[in-house]
Amino acid sequence: MSDIKELTKLIKSLEDQLVVCMRCGMCQSVCPLFEQTGREADVARGKLALLDGLMQEMFEDPEGVYARLNKCLLCGSCAANCPSGVSVLEIFMKARVILTGFMGLSPAKKLILRGMLARPDLFDTLAEWGARFQNIFTRPVNNVVGTSCARVVSPLIKDRHFKNLAEKPFHKIQPSLDTQPGKSGIRAGFYVGCLLDKIFPHIAQAVVDVLNYHQVGIYMPEKQACCGIPAVSSGDMQTFNKLLFHNLECFSPDKFDYLVTACATCTSTIKEVWPMMADREHKNLIKKISDKTMDINDFLVSVIKVNPENQAPEKNRIPITYHDPCHLKKSLKVAAQPRALIKANSRYELKEMLDSDWCCGMGGSFNLQYYDISSKIGNRKRDNIVSTGCKTVATGCPACMLQISDMLSKNRDQIAVRHPIEIYLESLKL
Amino acid sequence: MINQALIKEFQNITGKDNVLTQKADLLTYSYDAAVVEPVLPGLVVRPVNSESLGRVVKLCCENNLPLTVRGAGTNLSGGTVPIVQGVVVLTNGLNKIIEINEQDMYAVVQPGVVTAKFAAAVEAKGLFYPPDPGSQAVSTLGGNVAENAGGLRGLKYGVTSDYVMGIQFFDTQGEIVKSGSKTVKCATGYNLTGLMIGSEGTLGVFDEIILKLIPFPAHRKAMMAVFDEMSKASETVAAIIASRIIPATLEFMDNFTIRAVEDYSRAGLPTDAAALLLIEVDGHPVQVEEDAQKVEQICNKMGARSVRVAKDDAERDKVWAARRSALSALAKLKPTLVLEDATVPRSRIPEMVQAMQDIAKQYNLSIGTFGHAGDGNLHPTILTDKRNKEEWERVEAAIDAIFDKALAMGGTLSGEHGTGIAKSRFLEKETSRATIVYSKQIKKALDPRNILNPGKIIGG
Ligand SMILES: Cc1cc2nc3c(=O)[nH]c(=O)nc-3n(C[C@H](O)[C@H](O)[C@H](O)COP(=O)(O)OP(=O)(O)OC[C@H]3O[C@@H](n4cnc5c(N)ncnc54)[C@H](O)[C@@H]3O)c2cc1C
Ligand code: SF4
Ligand code: SF4
Repeated sequence: MSDIKELTKLIKSLEDQLVVCMRCGMCQSVCPLFEQTGREADVARGKLALLDGLMQEMFEDPEGVYARLNKCLLCGSCAANCPSGVSVLEIFMKARVILTGFMGLSPAKKLILRGMLARPDLFDTLAEWGARFQNIFTRPVNNVVGTSCARVVSPLIKDRHFKNLAEKPFHKIQPSLDTQPGKSGIRAGFYVGCLLDKIFPHIAQAVVDVLNYHQVGIYMPEKQACCGIPAVSSGDMQTFNKLLFHNLECFSPDKFDYLVTACATCTSTIKEVWPMMADREHKNLIKKISDKTMDINDFLVSVIKVNPENQAPEKNRIPITYHDPCHLKKSLKVAAQPRALIKANSRYELKEMLDSDWCCGMGGSFNLQYYDISSKIGNRKRDNIVSTGCKTVATGCPACMLQISDMLSKNRDQIAVRHPIEIYLESLKL
Repeated sequence: MINQALIKEFQNITGKDNVLTQKADLLTYSYDAAVVEPVLPGLVVRPVNSESLGRVVKLCCENNLPLTVRGAGTNLSGGTVPIVQGVVVLTNGLNKIIEINEQDMYAVVQPGVVTAKFAAAVEAKGLFYPPDPGSQAVSTLGGNVAENAGGLRGLKYGVTSDYVMGIQFFDTQGEIVKSGSKTVKCATGYNLTGLMIGSEGTLGVFDEIILKLIPFPAHRKAMMAVFDEMSKASETVAAIIASRIIPATLEFMDNFTIRAVEDYSRAGLPTDAAALLLIEVDGHPVQVEEDAQKVEQICNKMGARSVRVAKDDAERDKVWAARRSALSALAKLKPTLVLEDATVPRSRIPEMVQAMQDIAKQYNLSIGTFGHAGDGNLHPTILTDKRNKEEWERVEAAIDAIFDKALAMGGTLSGEHGTGIAKSRFLEKETSRATIVYSKQIKKALDPRNILNPGKIIGG
């Protein structure tokens, strides 16, 4: 462990952002974690006070701060609701990087992040093996949701109901694309993302189909790497940079007019985290890419001008409800667009659930570390979904889809979890 | 001293999970929303039922441990900043609405119920709990009663104390004391309820509160009047009240605040206006329409540049969104925000507003003033950066000046935020030496070991 004075100095680099918090406590009303625990250290105000305490050398307990800082969904609800405009997520991520640098990465995280994630080829191969052997270790539990569970109890999986790895990842179905735009005159880069590639290839395919339908040219390079959010939120800049540089090589910004993704987390990472964490050398390049990056729902509505008003609703429509992923609604302010895509399908009728923008409780590695709390938050979401009486729930983030599937499946609910782009694609095939 | 054995005893009462002893956790209970120095407690305990709350109080008493109750910690007077090595008792685990009685229009609640959640539960039954502090999304009813919190609707509907019918609390020994009742009238015993309201955790620990409810107003109408001169705006306030109309809300914003809000939310406010009045009347539909017309006429007669009456709910929401974002808009300008709530008789509002501008100039500070013009409760908001020592000294001097002005006009140090530690040294200025002595005697009689939130309101 290096010197505590050194740490203090590094934390001080966050000072100008930290002092913005006026300790009003308004973040308590929106923090999904605080709602479950009622603990000040779990909400933004407490975490910011802890970092401030380190900076002021009020106490020497970086481990204590680190543990509490890591207990957070990074959902950004607090930041979206903060009267003072504190850049909560930026502070939290940078502080995680600083504290991880100070204390080192845990061996387990090292193995996952540096041993696997940082090596896209190996990650792909491992996932393929996993897909091949998973049926031996898992069995299907809910056909409507499409989930499985472990055959034997394992500490990592616990009693989760999960989506299996796809038999064929998307990059095997469609290794790359480089097509010219038709009537639209627009060319979109397509960043697929790990979850779409390995678990939801049919959604990636839906993106391609919809773009083709609208005569949008597609640029989808081979060997895309993870967006890096698992690394940076674990404070692992080494892995993050490796992935970032890999992606920068794949996605040269002059190859496309927009860079679209169908994953709320990937979009917000590329748009917000990349520029935030960029070194000076890559700043301009990254800015060019992040400026062009857009959520697929937003792209179709704002750029391609898909308009639900053109649709005459059918009789006996299927009720469907929509969950707002934090990364879409709170970070990117995208909420109306996915709803517009759903409404563009005249067979469906959108029924809003209570608190549609309350976090589902996934939070990436939070779900691994704090599965109990994650599930409590998730069950609140599940109850709100079930209360609508809908048999389908849509959401624009594959990570939310996994969490919601787990909750629904465990409660034996017969409710399908889908992406708005799938619903929209259906309307084009009518 | 808090030793292992004592920690064990607390754990026996509330369960292990509800006792926090690690320094990193303690640090997160060392502050509240006030700009005062944080103090580290020795222990934090979170009882989740009324029985364990009582036992916690008793255990503190038996061990001479100073105890500070904390709801949401949003008070602006340092009331929940603990005593060194003291115990913080969290009430947010006591969050049950025990009863909402529609027939007799009252509710019984635990102290940790969040204000806005309670208001929503009550509204779902067609009833109304009017006190709406700006912090209502997080503040607790216990905290509201202990601070006698007010809100935007204070003018017509009054403040928290107007809704407390009774209270059940633990005395310093952890024994249950009851006062008030569920009846509209109650003349039994001393008015201990009155004593407890605004006591900021120094005289007892609330366990259950009985709150009065009223019918939900059938109709509302909001409007925004724009003024080119501050004096015209404040005279309009007086004229509206003089015409025997009591709006539910009558809010004021000065030019500095208008510009900040406009910059922040692009709500379409006139940035060149000297002042805005945001007004809402509510009640029976016929009466509301009539009152709204009258108010509009008065505004015009008193020299408003324009009056915009909200046509529908969406426009009404816009008016209030502008007002609600005032604090956010100001907060974004500078790192530290000192929100004061000196209050004057409402006829003195013009003078007070002028005084704020003079003080801002004299001390070379940015002060935005907005607030509840209808009840004389203004929020001069000083924008600063606490790290700038030289400026901070000017801020402190300006606060003194604001209080002096308010008192000179027959006003008060605090309309709704309480005394806490932030204002205790000014208390004698407003009252008298004897008042402090009298209060100290009460405190001594009720809490001889001085363990209930010592140092607050009347000082050490
Ligand atoms: C953004 C913002 C806006 C605000 N707007 C307003 C406003 O419009 N009007 C207004 O009046 N105030 C306002 N406030 C101040 C504050 O929200 C109120 O004082 C509120 O009542 C505090 O409630 P709390 O639950 O946070 O109490 P806390 O801050 O936790 O506690 C306040 C006091 O009550 C005592 N207390 C709490 N619970 C108990 C109990 N069970 N028994 C005995 N004592 C107890 C505490 O010891 C402390 O002294 C605002 C604050 C903020 C940050
Ligand atoms: S809402 Fe913002 S300013 Fe207020 S305590 Fe939370 S982070 Fe700080
Ligand atoms: S990011 Fe989410 S979980 Fe973390 S403190 Fe903010 S609101 Fe709470």
